[in-house]
Amino acid sequence: MRLAIRAAVAAGMAGLLMTAAACSSDDNSGSSSGSKNVEVFTWWADGGEKAGLDGLVAAFGTACPNDKFVNGAVAGGAGSNAKAVLASRLQQNDPPDTFQAHAGAELTDYIKSGKIQDLSQEYKDWGLTDAFPKGLIDNLTVGGKIYSVPANIHRANVLWGNKTVLASAGITKDATDLDGFFADLDKLKAKKVTPLALGKDWTQEMLFESLLITELGADKFKGLWTGTTDWAGADITKAINDYKRLLTYTNKDTRDTYDWTDAEKLLMDGKAGYQLMGDWEAADLDAKGFKDYSFSPFPGNAGTYQWLADSFVLPVGAKNAEGTKCWLKVVGSADGQKAFNTKKGSIPARTDANAADYPAYQQAAIADWKSNAQVPSCPHGSACSQGWQGAVGSAQGKFSTDGDVAALQTALVNAAKQFAKA
Amino acid sequence: MLLRLRRWGPGLLLIGPSLIVLAIFVYGLIGYTVNLSLQKRHDALPSEGYAGLDNYKNLFTDPTGRFQHNLWNLLIFTLVFMGGTLIFGLLWALLLDVRTRFEGFFRTVYLFPMAVSFVASGVVWRWLMNSGQGDNAGGINSIFQGLHLSFLENKWWTTPTWGMAAMAMPAIWQLSGYIMALFIAGFRGIPVELREAAAVDGASTWQLYRRVLFPQLTPTTLSALIITGHMSMKMFDLIMSVSGAQWITEVPSVYVWQTLLTYDYAKAAAIAVFLLAVVAVVIVPYLIHVNRAEKRS
Repeated sequence: MRLAIRAAVAAGMAGLLMTAAACSSDDNSGSSSGSKNVEVFTWWADGGEKAGLDGLVAAFGTACPNDKFVNGAVAGGAGSNAKAVLASRLQQNDPPDTFQAHAGAELTDYIKSGKIQDLSQEYKDWGLTDAFPKGLIDNLTVGGKIYSVPANIHRANVLWGNKTVLASAGITKDATDLDGFFADLDKLKAKKVTPLALGKDWTQEMLFESLLITELGADKFKGLWTGTTDWAGADITKAINDYKRLLTYTNKDTRDTYDWTDAEKLLMDGKAGYQLMGDWEAADLDAKGFKDYSFSPFPGNAGTYQWLADSFVLPVGAKNAEGTKCWLKVVGSADGQKAFNTKKGSIPARTDANAADYPAYQQAAIADWKSNAQVPSCPHGSACSQGWQGAVGSAQGKFSTDGDVAALQTALVNAAKQFAKA
Repeated sequence: MLLRLRRWGPGLLLIGPSLIVLAIFVYGLIGYTVNLSLQKRHDALPSEGYAGLDNYKNLFTDPTGRFQHNLWNLLIFTLVFMGGTLIFGLLWALLLDVRTRFEGFFRTVYLFPMAVSFVASGVVWRWLMNSGQGDNAGGINSIFQGLHLSFLENKWWTTPTWGMAAMAMPAIWQLSGYIMALFIAGFRGIPVELREAAAVDGASTWQLYRRVLFPQLTPTTLSALIITGHMSMKMFDLIMSVSGAQWITEVPSVYVWQTLLTYDYAKAAAIAVFLLAVVAVVIVPYLIHVNRAEKRS
C-alpha cells in the first residue's frame, strides 16, 4: 500500500516536471517584444557576405541611432538551413524583424500566405521607384504592390575562362554566338582539357537558362515565367538539344558530385577552359588570389543581364516595425548599397552608383546593368517560386543522368502549368 | 472494483505520463499527418478542403516518374545494405567465434564504425567515392590506379539506375560490426553441450555450423534484418552528406524534405504516410511474431 502511494506521488511529480519543461520553453521567444532591437535574419555568416553585412550594419548604426542591430544569421547550406528555420518561425507567427529573401517570384509563397507587408508607399517616400531600373521594379511588383527592398544585384549569365588555357587552345576572344562557342569548345577538347566545367543541379539549371536566353531572346525568355511563352515550343526543344550537346563538353564523370566551387577549381587548376557561373565567382577568384581569368556574357547573351538579388522584407507581426523600416531605408539608400556591395562583390541595384568605387569586374557590370535588358533567373528565385525551382531542379538532375530530351521538356511544361502565376 | 483499482492504479499512474506523451506526439501526429495528406494544401496558404486519395495518386502518375525512381533507389539501397551487413556481420562473427587470439581487440575494431555518425562518415565517403576517373580520379578510384587496377574505376553513386548500391557501402561499413555483435551473442547463447554432443557424434566443423548452430540463429537473423531494414527505409543523413538532395540518389525521405521546404505540405505528408506504411508492413508482422513467441515461452 505505502509503495503504491509512493509510486503515485512519483508519477505525479514526473508529470508536473514535464509540463513545467513544456512551459519554460515558451518563455524565451517573446523576450525582445517592445524593445528597440531589429533582428535581421540572413544566411550571411562568413566570407564576403559577412563583410558586406557588417558594412550595412555600420551604415545602419549611423542612420538609425535609436535601433540596435541583432544578428539572426543561420549558417550553412547556401541558405537552405536558414529557409527551414525561417519557415517554422513564420508558421508559429514569431517572425524576425526582417529577413533575407531572393527578390522576385521566390517571395510568392510569403506574399500568398500574407506573411510580409506591402512596401509600395515606402518606395515612393524613399525615392526608390526612380533609383531602381524599370525592369527590376516591374519584376518586384506583384499585383501592383512591392514587397521587398533589394540590397544588391548579381549577374547569373557570365562565362568565366582561364586565359592561359584558352590561349594554349588558340582562343583569343570569347565567342559571341553558339556556333562559335561550340567551335571553341572543340579546340579545348583537342587540348585534352575539360572544355566547360560544370557542377550539380542548380549550376546545370543556370547553364540551361543561359542557353534559353540565347535561343529565345530576352522578351520570350521572360515570358516563360509569366505564361506568355510556351514551354512546349519547338525553340525549347532545340535549346534542350543544344544543351544536351553542351553537356558532352563538360566533366561528365564528376559534374553531379561537384559544387560550383569544385568546378571553379577545375578552372583555376587549368584543367578546364570555361565555366558558366554568377558573378560572385569574381569575388571568389579574387579572394583566392587567382588573377588569370577572363569574363564575358554567355555566347548570345550580350545585351541581356540575368539578375538575381538579395532583398529584405517587412514581415507581418514584426516586433519593431519602425526599426525595420529604418533598416530597409538604409538597405535601399545609396550609402547602404555602397557599404554592402563593395564588400560582397555584387553591384548596387540603384542606377546612380559611382562606378569608380568598385573593382574592375563590377565596373563593367554596373555599366551593363544600366544599358541591358533585365531578365530574372529561376534557380536564384527571381523568376519562379520555390516549388517551381524544386520541380525544375529535379527534372534537370534526371536529364543529367539519362539525357532524355522529350522527358525534360514534358517535365518543364508540367512544372510551368503547376506553378506559373496566372 | 476498488481492489482492482489498487492492483492496476499505481502501475497505470506510473506509465500514465509517457502514455499521454506517446498518444500526443506519436499517434496524434501520425493522425495529423494522415489527415494532412488527404487535403489540398500545396502552398503556404490554409487548406482548400479534402482531395481524397489524390495526393497519393499524383505521386504515382507524375510523368517524370520521380516517386517510382525514389522507390527503386530505396529498394536497391535496402537490398544491398541488408545483404552486405548480414554477410559481413556473419563472417566476422564466425571468425571471432572460433576463439581467435585478441578477440576483444578485433571485436572493438569491427564495432567502432558504429560510433561514428552517418553525417561524419558520409562526408569522408563522399570523398572516397569520388566519381572522377583517369586524370581526375580521387579517393578509391585513384587507389585503384595506384594498384594498376584501373578497370575497377567506376562512377560510384553517380552510376545511373544502380548507383544506390554504392551509396549502401558506407552504411554497410558502419553497421556490419553491430550485426556481428548480434551474431556473436547468438553463437554464445547456444549451449556448449550441443557443440560437444555434435563433436562426439563425429560432426565436422562445417556440419557443426550448418546443421547445429545456424538453425538456432534464425531469430537473430530475423532481428538483424528488421533492424537494418527499417534503418535503411528511413535513411536520410547519409544520403544528404554523400550526395546532397538530388535526383540520382533521391529516396522518399529526401523527397519529403524537398517538398516540405517548398511548402507543399500535403504532398510531403502523403510521402511520409506512404513510407510509414511500407515500414509497418515489415515491422508489424515481426512484432506480432515476437509477441506470440514471448507468450509461448
